[in-house]
Amino acid sequence: MSRLARAAGLFVATLLVACAGPKETIVLLPNAAGQETAVTVTQGERQVVLSQPYAGARLSRSGAEAFPSNVQQVQTQYGAALAAQPLPPAQFTLFFVEGKDEFTDESKRVVDTVFAEIAKRPVVDVIVIGHTDTVGNDALNDALSRQRADVVRAAFAARGLAADKVVTIGRGKRELAVPTGDGVAEPRNRRVEILVR
Amino acid sequence: MTTMLPRRLGRVLFVAAASLGLCHVAQADVGQIKVASGQVSVERKGQSLPGRVGLVLEADDVLRTGADGSVGITMRDNSLLSAGPNSILSLEHFEFDPTTSDGRFDARLRRGTLAVVSGRIAKKSPQAMTVRTPSAVLGVRGTEFVVSVDE
Repeated sequence: MSRLARAAGLFVATLLVACAGPKETIVLLPNAAGQETAVTVTQGERQVVLSQPYAGARLSRSGAEAFPSNVQQVQTQYGAALAAQPLPPAQFTLFFVEGKDEFTDESKRVVDTVFAEIAKRPVVDVIVIGHTDTVGNDALNDALSRQRADVVRAAFAARGLAADKVVTIGRGKRELAVPTGDGVAEPRNRRVEILVR
Repeated sequence: MTTMLPRRLGRVLFVAAASLGLCHVAQADVGQIKVASGQVSVERKGQSLPGRVGLVLEADDVLRTGADGSVGITMRDNSLLSAGPNSILSLEHFEFDPTTSDGRFDARLRRGTLAVVSGRIAKKSPQAMTVRTPSAVLGVRGTEFVVSVDE
């Protein structure tokens, strides 16, 4: 057994490792909202579909191999990545008095919940989208919807949320929450949607 | 040949125009770093920025974490991506219309670990979001999943 043979052996071992290539693993997680979900894994011509919670696929040069994973395995391998997951965006709706940029008494209480959500986040960005019902023309409703969004921004600013954290948008009567004909005073359409991220 | 040439030229022009169009849309402000710990950096146009909480991300940004690092980002479409230690994640392409939820999102994990919760783009169209690894393309159908790439 010469040095050469040993060197050759080492070379073969290295080649084998190189052939194994990067090892990749994919695991589908259960969906918090309980909807049906799936991930397709496409490698060249081949495709594997993961559609059950904790279904996994391991990929190497030699192809994809399905395997069942579990909570513990995922925690061990992906704990740090999962721990860094941002809070999911939270959505709220404030309702408004007909024809006005004043929100209803009930909605004033929602503002407290919005601020509880804001307080949870080290860095927050908020999107405020104003809407109207279908009473009146587009110009009027576009203006009113923007006004409603601005009022919400001002109310937030009064409670200490910097205005530059808030983007306001007015959609007029284009995106009804409850579909109605034109000229209908539907309270559920007079709203501002707030997204806290 | 005589008919080929103008056609090909036309195609080249079209692609050039399309890419100009894309550059135009290409998106400053595709997302934001919401969580960061340990060593995190963002490569942008040949520069390396510290990956601090609050940093606004752009398309083409590459996020890197060190041996003690992890980072979590929220994209404009509400997708959540978070990477563990020793990871390289590029945000290759991101377009999003907040009114219609139409758009396209392609991310690439070159190394490390990644957790994904897909957002409005994938919900609107199951073909519109992919995560690439060195050897595969993952198609996302409204989903939470984890990926790892070991070297």
